[in-house]
Amino acid sequence: MSNKMHVKLNVNGEDHEFLAEPRELLIYALREKLNITGPHVGCETSHCGACTVTMNGKSVKSCTVFVAQANGAEVTTIEGLGTPDALHVLQENFKEHHGLQCGFCTPGMITRAAKLLEENPNPTEEDVRFGIAGNICRCTGYQNIVKSILSAASELNASKEAAQ
Amino acid sequence: MKDEITRDERVANLKGMGCSRKRVEDSRFTQGKGNYVDDIKLPGMLHGDFVRSPYAHARVKSINIDAAMALPGVVAVLTAKDLEPLNLHWMPTLAGDKQMVLADGKVLFQGQEVAFVVANDRYIAADAVELVEVDYEELEVIVDPFKSLQSDVVLREDMVAEDGSVPNGAHGPRKHPNHIFTWEAGEEEATNQVIDNAEVVATEEMYYHRTHPCPLETCGSVASMDKVNGKLTLWGTFQAPHVVRTVASLLSGIEEHNIRVVSPDIGGGFGNKVGVYPGYVCSIVASIVTGVPVKWVEDRMENLMSTAFARDYWMKGKISATKDGKITGLHCHVTADHGAFDACADPTKFPAGFMNICTGSYDIPVAYLGVDGVYTNKAPGGVSYRCSFRVTEAVYFIERMIEVLAIELNMDPAELRSINFIKKEQFPYTAALGWEYDSGDYQTAWDKALVAVDYKGLREEQAQRVEDFKAGKTRKVMGIGLSFFTEIVGAGPVKNCDILGMGMFDSCEIRIHPTGSAVARLGTISQGQGHATTFAQILATEIGLSAESITIEEGDTDTAPYGLGTYGSRSTPVAGAAAAMAGRKIRAKAQMIAAYLLEVHDNDVEFDVDRFVVKGSPEQFKTMKEVAYAAYNQAIPGLEPGLEAVSYYDPPNMTYPFGAYVCVMDIDVDTGVPEIRRFYALDDCGTRINPMVIDGQIHGGLTEALAVALGQEIAYDDMGNVKTGTLMDFFLPTAWEVPNYETDFTVTPSPHHPIGAKGVGESPHVGGVPCFSNAVQDAFRPFGNRHTNMPHDHWRIWQTANDLGMHD
Ligand code: FES
Ligand code: FES
Repeated sequence: MSNKMHVKLNVNGEDHEFLAEPRELLIYALREKLNITGPHVGCETSHCGACTVTMNGKSVKSCTVFVAQANGAEVTTIEGLGTPDALHVLQENFKEHHGLQCGFCTPGMITRAAKLLEENPNPTEEDVRFGIAGNICRCTGYQNIVKSILSAASELNASKEAAQ
Repeated sequence: MKDEITRDERVANLKGMGCSRKRVEDSRFTQGKGNYVDDIKLPGMLHGDFVRSPYAHARVKSINIDAAMALPGVVAVLTAKDLEPLNLHWMPTLAGDKQMVLADGKVLFQGQEVAFVVANDRYIAADAVELVEVDYEELEVIVDPFKSLQSDVVLREDMVAEDGSVPNGAHGPRKHPNHIFTWEAGEEEATNQVIDNAEVVATEEMYYHRTHPCPLETCGSVASMDKVNGKLTLWGTFQAPHVVRTVASLLSGIEEHNIRVVSPDIGGGFGNKVGVYPGYVCSIVASIVTGVPVKWVEDRMENLMSTAFARDYWMKGKISATKDGKITGLHCHVTADHGAFDACADPTKFPAGFMNICTGSYDIPVAYLGVDGVYTNKAPGGVSYRCSFRVTEAVYFIERMIEVLAIELNMDPAELRSINFIKKEQFPYTAALGWEYDSGDYQTAWDKALVAVDYKGLREEQAQRVEDFKAGKTRKVMGIGLSFFTEIVGAGPVKNCDILGMGMFDSCEIRIHPTGSAVARLGTISQGQGHATTFAQILATEIGLSAESITIEEGDTDTAPYGLGTYGSRSTPVAGAAAAMAGRKIRAKAQMIAAYLLEVHDNDVEFDVDRFVVKGSPEQFKTMKEVAYAAYNQAIPGLEPGLEAVSYYDPPNMTYPFGAYVCVMDIDVDTGVPEIRRFYALDDCGTRINPMVIDGQIHGGLTEALAVALGQEIAYDDMGNVKTGTLMDFFLPTAWEVPNYETDFTVTPSPHHPIGAKGVGESPHVGGVPCFSNAVQDAFRPFGNRHTNMPHDHWRIWQTANDLGMHD
């Protein structure tokens, strides 16, 4: 079936152009066309959040976005949040507070948490729990994930204050 | 030379046992650089996808693959006919049964694999699946194991002789064509006699529903047959890679040294990834047929419908006691629904796993257990979902029986437990059903837990709440869930534990490098437990090199020593012991080298943290780093160069972790919504290797327990349709539903384990399920509840309240 379309995506600041069937899901375009394998597939039905990326400033489950819908979008994945030498404050805090075990949910979880902290820089524990309720983790029981995110929030706020 | 740093600092630098070392795995995982099976991409790789049966029981009259083959991009469509010449249309299960790889004339459960499509990409494969035309003739469906044993409908014609008689199965005589085995432990007659003459008897029937481990990553594999050099490489979601290699060799006829099995990063297992699935076999065959690598990754529905269910035990109990609450006997019968094939992942001699630990933590003089395994039109499996083999079922059973007995005796269930605990001085304790418990101090743990939660205060509050409810002042009732569990983990002694004939030892191989760092390889495989972190801690303490300079590798059968893998909390009890023993071999040789360097006799040096010191003169020493270098650069008389060791550890016994849990719950009787106010978990896993990792395991295990107790199930309708095949219907708790847990501990080391560790990953699940369930049931006890079956979802809780007239 060769009804392929031309797709343009900006992923983690880099422009990509490729041919894809319009029905191809964004998650597979990222993982299989662009080799960005941080976001994972846990369900393909919008329930687990393993595939979470930021698209045009919003958290989306990339298993529920056709590549045709994403055409022209700006996408951020876990690979765009920090570098090996300068980890994102959430990455640091997940390591520090044991916020992960098998790591399969982690890219989606951290990507979601990063957006959450932009949406609400001063979340309560309840805000965090509600804000990540679209991301399932089977390993950690969330307690340390919540701790990691709250700790990252206070670090971010402290450094903002220091900058002022 | 004067030492620059203190001994305490040297200990701290090792990052050895007992410290909350941060995990070395986390750098790659937090940056999205894990390498899971679906991340593997090989040149020319094809994708496989299954045609699955929509029916739970049907004849397959014909399969037409023409339209599928005509679709551009489709390379092959395999059916049982293609596998038959290779003798791969059926495969052996871990339980001594066999299972169809692809439907051979009939299908026996909804979602069963019928044909395997291989195509250039996953989309074309999925399109082609729709184009395969299968002509089915529906047969009568049996989803109830009790009906199955009465039915004339034969599910497994291959298990019936030509004359209609029922031959023995892998576990002895069978009573009916749909019967798989009877397995017994203990003394039935003596037990009945005690129960028949007892002062008090409580009986109860309970159904432990079918559920599923559902790790976030589904199962999958990539097979690559290199026809030039005859080597097969298989990457996959394997909790036991060495066993997979042996099975793959036996099945395919490829010699074992020509097969390399690799478990890359695994996105959670919880028992789901112990078995061998048709997808693995089909990816291998497809790669052999096509000559290029073939990937198969199941989707979530396939995962829930076809791979590895857990539980599905119908349990009938009788427990007897004296009037003052001393238990005198226990009788348990289980009807075990195994689905269409007996694919339980248990040690071979234990078709019902370690269900015979069902006397729990109590000193019960006489007991009997009988288990009947039955075929139905449901998916095969019967794996241990975050527990040692069937231990969750056993602990749920006894912890419910205790509660029911407490009702019968009109006694407080906490007190009833205290009266019956196996006492500290009774260990090692041989239970009525045969196990020898290694060590325990139950009363101390129990008292600590009850004090921590102010148990007495809670009961007073609950009594007040009952008054208030009856007076119409509140619509919320309060439950106090208790559980005290003893696990049996670390399978296991080769004398009684094997899988497909492979003894359940485990292994560790260590190489010390000249500059004083090391690599160690083990026969296990982490699925999130953090082995790369914690095994290095064991070794750091044993050999005196920092954990930071010890690399741990697992999961590649070409490099790792043979081991039986990771499940049933066996990694620390068995492979952890192997690590300690291999470390001690290293130390023994290092001691000789140190003595040579220090120019004293071997016996005149002793190991101290990270060095060997001359006895009585601590300023004379050689560090382990110096010794490592000497092992490679000096010719030492009587010693081979190098510093490596390997240990295969056959444990003398299982280990028996235990714990005391309390859950406080408020339940709205009008909505059926339970609110967990408090959850206190005290675990005793013996020696603690990494408290941070232990707490993480407990949080996770409790959350999986919450899921199972409060809503998670694989439910079927009468036609054998799976009603809970997506994450829409199959309950996985989110952060919103899960409480914060309080963890606590006591330490009772295992006397037979080299470092005294017992294993912890599964305890919280084993102890958690009865604790959550007991909390719900305890809330309704003052209103006349005796027992209701899990899962206690909102609807069922509402129904319980309604049945008790609480909505009137
Ligand atoms: S894979 Fe997208 S939500 Fe689960
Ligand atoms: S760490 Fe395994 S699913 Fe979250």
